[in-house]
Order: sequence, then C-alpha cells, then structure tokens
Amino acid sequence: MITLTIDGQRVEAEEGQTILEAAKAAGIRIPTLCHLEGLSPRGSCRLCLVEVKNWNGKLVPACATPAQDGMEVVASSERLRNLRRMILELLFAERNHICAICPSNGHCELQDLACELGMDVVHFPYRFPGLKVDASHQRFVYDPNRCVLCGRCVRACSEVEGAMTLGFSGRGVYTLVEADLGGPWGASETCTGCGKCVQACPTGALVERGKATAEQEKRPQLVAEVTERRPRVQD
Amino acid sequence: MKKIKLPVTRIEGHGLITLRLGEDGEVAEAKFHVTEVRGFERFCRGRTIWEMPGITARICGICPVSHLLCSAKAGDAILAVRPPRAADKLRRLMNLGQFVQSHALSFFHLSSPDLLLGWDSDPARRNVFGLMEKHPELALDGIRLRAYGQKVIEALGGRKIHPAWAVPGGVRSPLSEEARDALAAGLPEAMRIVQDAISLYEEHLDDWAEEIATFGNFPSLFMSLVAEDGTWEHYGGRIRFVDADRNVVADGLDPASYQEYIGEKTEGWSYLKFPYYKEAGYPEGLYRVGPLARLNCCDRMGTPLADEALKRFRALADGKAVTSSFHYHYARLIEILASLERIGRYLEDPEVLSARVRAEAGINELEGVGVHEAPRGTLFHHYRVDEDGIIQWVNLIVSTGQNNLAMNRTVRQIAQRYLTGREITEGLLNRLEGGIRAYDPCLSCSVHAVGRMPLKVQLFDQGGALISERARA
Repeated sequence: MITLTIDGQRVEAEEGQTILEAAKAAGIRIPTLCHLEGLSPRGSCRLCLVEVKNWNGKLVPACATPAQDGMEVVASSERLRNLRRMILELLFAERNHICAICPSNGHCELQDLACELGMDVVHFPYRFPGLKVDASHQRFVYDPNRCVLCGRCVRACSEVEGAMTLGFSGRGVYTLVEADLGGPWGASETCTGCGKCVQACPTGALVERGKATAEQEKRPQLVAEVTERRPRVQD
Repeated sequence: MKKIKLPVTRIEGHGLITLRLGEDGEVAEAKFHVTEVRGFERFCRGRTIWEMPGITARICGICPVSHLLCSAKAGDAILAVRPPRAADKLRRLMNLGQFVQSHALSFFHLSSPDLLLGWDSDPARRNVFGLMEKHPELALDGIRLRAYGQKVIEALGGRKIHPAWAVPGGVRSPLSEEARDALAAGLPEAMRIVQDAISLYEEHLDDWAEEIATFGNFPSLFMSLVAEDGTWEHYGGRIRFVDADRNVVADGLDPASYQEYIGEKTEGWSYLKFPYYKEAGYPEGLYRVGPLARLNCCDRMGTPLADEALKRFRALADGKAVTSSFHYHYARLIEILASLERIGRYLEDPEVLSARVRAEAGINELEGVGVHEAPRGTLFHHYRVDEDGIIQWVNLIVSTGQNNLAMNRTVRQIAQRYLTGREITEGLLNRLEGGIRAYDPCLSCSVHAVGRMPLKVQLFDQGGALISERARA
C-alpha cells in the first residue's frame, strides 16, 4: 500500500493504481473524457490534469499517472478549473458541437462536462469545419463534426472487440477516425457491427442510424462490463 | 465582448418598407424588404435525413412544430413508408395544438392591441400590457387559450418549444392516458374563449370598415390544401387554387409536384423569395396562403360550430372569396374553433393511445416532399438525399414567403390611402405595420415587441432622394 494526499486528504492506494483510481476510491471527483473504464489509459484529452505539489506543481494526467508514495496531489484549484475549462473551450471551438440538434443532446459527456466546469462561453474563434458525415454503415453513423478525438471508439474496437477496424488518420485538428484504411465505413471488411464504438463514444459523433435529436442514449459502462465477463487466460 | 452566433437565423427580426413617389406626388411603388438572410437550405446539406426535423424546427420559435411535422413528412417520403395510423392522428393532433397556440398569439397578443386600443393610440401602451389595463379579461383569456395549444404540444412532444418528437416514419412516443384526460378537461374553457373572441370580432366589424377596405383588399388567387372531399385540411389532402370569385382555378394538384405550378422569383431588394402561380406568370400569379386562403378554398370546415362560423364569414363577400387581408384575423379565429373541435374528436378516439407509432425503414427514395398547412399557410419541405440518407439539396417554401407579393401589395395600398404629403406620420406607420401583421408573418414577434419595433419606413421622391424616414428603435 502507498499513501498520498489528494486535496489535503490522506488517500491509500495499491501499487500500480493511477491517481484517478485512487481518487475515485476515495470519492474525489476528477473530470475525465478520453478515459473509459475497461480501456487502456490514453491521457490525450488532458481534462483530468492534476497538480503534483511536491513535483514543483507539475501538471500530470490523473488517468495515466501511477500514484506514488508521498505524492501531494491537487485535484481542484482555480488554476486547474481555468485550464480544464480552456481545454473544453478548445474542444468546442475545434468542431461543430451544436447540442440543440444533436442525437446525443442530454446524454453527452462533453455537454455534461461543459455544465460541470461552468463553460458558459467559448473564448476562441470557432473553426466550423465542414467534415463529411459517414452514414454508409447499415447500423451506425459517424459524424466527425461532433468528434473530440478521444479515441475511445478506436480502443474499444481493438482492445475489446478485437476487430481493429477503427483507427486514426491525419494529424492534429485534421485527424479523423476511419474504418480500415479509409473509405466508407459501410464497405469495411473488418467491422463486425458490434456497436461497442458507439457505446464508448462520449458525444454524438457515433450514433445509431435513425436516431433523432436527443434520442441517442449510450451505455459506456458496457465496455467495462464486457471485459469483466470475458474469461481470463492465465499467464 | 463576444458575439453569440447561432445558426437559427431566419426572417424574424427586421423589416424595412420603402415608398417611392411618382411624378404626381402619389405613391408609385412600395416595397416590403426582408433584410435578414436565412441559409437553412444551404447548411442542411451534408446532414442526415433523421436530423432534419430537429434542424428545421429551429427555423422558428413560434412555429417549430410546423417545420418539425413537415420535415418528418418529407422523411416519410424518403423512407417510402406510411406512418402507423395512430402516428398520423397524433401528428395531426399536434398540428392542431400548433394552430391554436400560434393563432391565439397572433390575435390576442400581437394584433388585438391594434384592433381594440385603436390605431392612433400611444405605441408605448399599444401592446399586450396596455391590453391588460383596458381589457384584462380578454388579455388573460388570450394567454389561457394559447397555453392550451401549448399544452397539446407538450403532452405529445414533452416540451412546448422545439419538441424533437416527429421523426421520419412516425413519432417517437404515444399519448398517455393521463395527458389525454388533462387535455380533455381543458377543452371547454378554450372553446368558450374562442367563441367569445369570434363574437367580439363580429361586433366590431363596422368600427374597422375603413381598415377592412384598405388593408390588402384586392382580388387575388388563394391557395391551400383541401381534403379529398373539399373539407378544410391542415395536414394532408391536395392543393387547390381559387380566384376572387371562389371559382376553382386548379384542384386536386399533387402537393409533391409543387414545382409544376409554383414558381419562385428572387428580387435584389429582399432576401425573401417571391413564389407565384406559374400559369398566371409573375407577378400576376400572386396568391395568398394562410387562414384567409384556407377558408376561401375549402367547401366546408367539417365540424359543426366552425361550419356555422364559416357561413357568417362567407356572408361578408356574398359567398365569393373574402379578399381583404384584414379578415385574416377573422379566419384565424374560426380556425382556432375548428382546431379545438377536431382536438375534441381525437381525444375521444381510443386509437390515439396506441403504442404503435413509428415505422422503421432505410433509404428507399432519393427525393421526398413534405407538405402540410402551417398556421401561416402551406409549407413545403423538399429534400434530395444520397443512398446513405445524406442531404444533397433542400428547398423550403414557407408561408410568409408565399404571402410576400400580397404583403407588398398591401403596403402599397395602405401607403396610397394614408400617406398625405411628404411626411411619414405615426398613423401611417401604425397602419403599415398593422397591414403586415394581418398576415402574421414570422417577423411578427419582433415587430410587436414591447416598447420596441424595428420596422423602418423610408419615403423617396421620384428622383430617388430620401425625403422622409421613420422608425422606432
């Protein structure tokens, strides 16, 4: 067992647990977006940034940083609130997140985070990209305009389903999630149509075909449930 | 510090009227400009057909239901499905609720201050608050009646404004028994209110004789949907055109083939298109839509009390078409009555409680047209999609657009009657707005905002020089 403090509170953690896991066990809320239980940590969205006091105030992603003995973690402060809000603003400004007409309206992690972190204005100019919606799949629709590139779908596809259909193409703001090596999702030879990507997606980027405004409810916890139930092979 | 940009712009907001004098010093030309751009037809491209009801509902906050239902109908056509019978009835029920709330808003909140407080009364008091002081019972009645219409919408869609309830193939949720019973309980009061309002209107007809004669009083064509047997229709049926003598000019037209008989002209001075009846050409093909047109087109209302009222309405013009746009108000009240009677019928129909309300299908047609009657007139949504259901092309013909030519004509008629000299007077400005307001165009909500009225009138001489301007900011 190791001992650390989070926001002044003494917290015990097991060796190998992340700061996020330790905080969760102690009932301390740290916002996350690209993190999903059942998937490998990625640390790419930076919403779970915490400050480690005795590391000179260094900022680290709680989801991907192992808890260490004697660590003094700050999980909520004015500085962190401002940073997290700015990260969210950048996510909103990067693509077209129009909640009013989104199938995930009311069931969206990005929207919930904006409420939680008090993001009532975006200080950056919106980019309004005109990205092509892929509705070629028989059961699902991918709208890159609503994608935050968290990669949860890509990890669910490879780590849980094992299909390795979805992957990233491009760089930076031009990154897209694509099936196989590009081309319409509906033409993919590897997609099993399992839908775990849709359940894992935190926004309205991946939805079931035919879902109208506010109609798409998701079960991201399904990913962890599936991995729990899977028979383990002994090493 | 920051501009909030939302893609919900349409024409509500700012209107401009320009008047040009001829050599003789009389009004030679009058134009009603809509100075805001829409863009829906463009930015819907690339979205999926399933999102369209939700997106197009945002065109308007007063009539989201109209766009929602019309878009869902266009979606039905693209899925090539017939929504289950219960869904059809529920959509109709919601549309009737929309008629009640929108018409009540137009008559009680927006227009009755003009009608009952007088055209020359203080503009600061000539609004719903002024009405509250002078006629508190009427103002409250109006609020209650509109609330009833909103309750119908809420009972079905879960919310009063922008319910995302109708979908291609049907509707998302059925009506619950409790909600039905609550609506049935509120119906008698709503009926009482509208019958009182109709009596009030009929009692005042003589007081408004001059306005009736000049507020868009001219012969024209009228267009609306009518049922197969000629009964008043608000959701299905076929297109009929009648002329000022109520002769049927064209009947049984397929609404989906609207492009064969409706042309759309654009003019450089207004962002609003000018639809016209193709066979008569432009601008002679001017036709009016909305309550007045629907009552002129139909053979009967199809419900007892509304049919009685229709007889009195017809008597105004000896059985011919009622041609004064002032009587849009009258027609609107009669339509509220008809809507309430029909709501009563649906509430007694056990099928509205059926849970089978949504047909599922893939993309089976690449083009679809949805047509129905919105409170302000016939509404067309026309989409083309690709094999995956992604929108490639959109054409919307909205009611206010179809009354565009008529509104311009009305503005000219009022200006010719009330402009004296070279000065735009308060009385002229009031009547110009009143004339426009009779059509209840989408910009009415801002045109009659309390204490603010962003309508502007400019008067030009024959040489094109601005000689008078009047606006309330």
